[in-house]
Amino acid sequence: MAKATQKTYLRDPKTPDVDFSSRRSLIALASFSDKVFAWVARSGGVVTLGIMIAVGLFLGLRAQSAFGSQGWGFLTETAWTPENGKFGIAAVLFGTVTIAIIALCVSIPLAMGTSLLISEVLPERIRGLAISLVDLMAAVPSVIFGLWGVFFLQANIIPISLWVSQTFSWIPFLAVSDKSGNPLTDPSAFTSSAVIAGIVVGLMVVPTQTSVMREAFSQTPLGEKEGALALGSTRWGMIRAVVLPFGRGGIIGGTMLGLGRALGETIAVYMIISPIFEINPEILKSGTNSVSALIALRYGEASDTGLSALMAAGLVLFLITLVINFSASSIVSRSRSGAESN
Amino acid sequence: MTDLKASVKGKTYLPVHTENGPAPVKRKLRAIRLDDVFDIVGSIASSLSLTYLLFGWLTGLQSTVGFVVVNFVLFLISYAAITALKNPREEIKDRVITVLLGSAGVILMSALLFVVVYTLGRGQLALGHLNFFTTSMEQAGPLQPLSVGGIVHAIVGTLIQITIALAVTIPLGITTAVFLNEIGGKFARFVRTIADAMTALPSIVAGLFVLSAFIRTGLVPRSGFAASLAITVMMLPIVIRASDVVLRLVANNLREASLALGATKWRTVWHIVLPTARSGLVTAVILGTARGIGETSPVLLTSGISAVMNFNPFAGPMISLPLQVFDFVKSPEPTMIARGFGTAATLLVLVLILFVLARTFGGKAPGNLSKGAQRAANRQSLADEQRIENLMAVRLASKKTQRRNIKE
Repeated sequence: MAKATQKTYLRDPKTPDVDFSSRRSLIALASFSDKVFAWVARSGGVVTLGIMIAVGLFLGLRAQSAFGSQGWGFLTETAWTPENGKFGIAAVLFGTVTIAIIALCVSIPLAMGTSLLISEVLPERIRGLAISLVDLMAAVPSVIFGLWGVFFLQANIIPISLWVSQTFSWIPFLAVSDKSGNPLTDPSAFTSSAVIAGIVVGLMVVPTQTSVMREAFSQTPLGEKEGALALGSTRWGMIRAVVLPFGRGGIIGGTMLGLGRALGETIAVYMIISPIFEINPEILKSGTNSVSALIALRYGEASDTGLSALMAAGLVLFLITLVINFSASSIVSRSRSGAESN
Repeated sequence: MTDLKASVKGKTYLPVHTENGPAPVKRKLRAIRLDDVFDIVGSIASSLSLTYLLFGWLTGLQSTVGFVVVNFVLFLISYAAITALKNPREEIKDRVITVLLGSAGVILMSALLFVVVYTLGRGQLALGHLNFFTTSMEQAGPLQPLSVGGIVHAIVGTLIQITIALAVTIPLGITTAVFLNEIGGKFARFVRTIADAMTALPSIVAGLFVLSAFIRTGLVPRSGFAASLAITVMMLPIVIRASDVVLRLVANNLREASLALGATKWRTVWHIVLPTARSGLVTAVILGTARGIGETSPVLLTSGISAVMNFNPFAGPMISLPLQVFDFVKSPEPTMIARGFGTAATLLVLVLILFVLARTFGGKAPGNLSKGAQRAANRQSLADEQRIENLMAVRLASKKTQRRNIKE
């Protein structure tokens, strides 16, 4: 019987009398081509995994000496002088986070508005075009956004920064003052600030956030939406009662994915800011820094210690974006809207 | 009504569509009433005139941005007030929010349009000179006019770097995505998690990795090849993730149908899964390419800036378009900045072309074919039918001879 399972009866007229009463074994033997295919596909996976792990391990190992020499001071020191053996990322990390928060303040309203507009308001005909345009915006290189920020936005935003800093000077982080606390009014004090970088980065991350949010909103069950409308709700009432609660996971997840990208953005920030190595809480004032801009600034002059210090800074940045990305994707996949996608 | 009832008594009444009689008219559910138009026009007029008064006459305010902002706020207020004359509160909220959503979209789109038009517009100055595309910057210093020097070396550099990166990324990325979807298992889930994690890797850290693992250790000199390594590390997770999503969309009953017809797994993947997902895979690769082409910082770290043409990816610095933009605009000279915008415009056009290609080739859900592809698929399936029939005829003939042989 075991012999018969491996044969195809119909083609073999010599064994016409087969006992069909006992069960056939259902184990499929992979053919030669399948074995080769599985092997090739698996080795592709292994190579990819190898590359990824190599990057992670290498970063970790090379960063070790920097962490070892500084200990926890690495996170609290503001100066960056590896040649004197004294360096830390407090200032650059503060700058990175400030820029990212400003970017989120710009991008969240725009992304929420646009994604709701696309999924709920626009008619079917224009919807595809709008989605394409948002995707196109995601493909525009960051150096071009940086260019726009430096040559157009900067000049046009300084008068507004000046006005805001004078009108709202009682809010600590909006004031612009010199070391002794006197308010500054010279336009040059307002160039290259965290706000300008934040606005540019914010525009860059809007498409990422919009596409995640739109994806979540568009999966809202039609029955629930129609139910709300049938009960007499207006469109906004329907959005508030059905679409927003349904897409909550998408909103949070999209925001965090955008945050991850905002933290890692290099060249646009590097072009706009003037790097400083101290904590500058006045976001309208010239001078801030970011981890990635620090790496772009210092990679050339770095000795072995310096390189290791940069690796450590890069590793910290990577770990932060990693945690943010993972929590974003787990929030998206746990929410109702993400249960069926990905 | 009564005579109608009498005539169709005891029957189900169906609406009659005659050529003369009035056919039932479908109601428009989202019609815009004249009232609504007047509301909007009126609010725009009142807010504009009020802002004009504020800025020109009553107070000393003056700033274009301020004008726009004040105008917008006043428009919202007057629109809400006009709506409030006839509508309940819910309706007011609905209209104001709809205006807000619309303005978010308009702001975003105009920002995109503005960035594109601004770059192309300021790039005109340099793009007007033909030598900009035919010569390198070898002979041109910062003070030379735009009629000397060009960016052909950066174009060549970009093309070489992205080609090498794609030569690794496409086969490896798609093989990995196929592995994640078609082989599966615990190991595949682990690989997927790690690949997802690597999409979080900031591009500059990828550059730093190549700098310290390959260049500082002397394995690879600072060169175009090192830059393509960094771009590969950055692009690979993006391509894997996008292709993974596309392959997951291939309907499972297609796979099962193929397996049930006796195809091996390999044949199923090659003849069913990959062709079905082709347009999505092409889109994934092209969008990944657009991201890879636009990356500046990994190239800055691993290849460096040069002004001369370099065809050899394994020796000497090789500049790419985005890095060339970055390098040009660091100079305060107006000609260099004009060149920077020209380079940026070139890069932008390149990305736009890639994007349009991605939309033309792909963007369709798996299984939805264009007309040409449909015809090709029909031809293929006719040819398959013919082939199978021929095969059967041969088999049948050989069986008959076999039977005859047995009988004899």
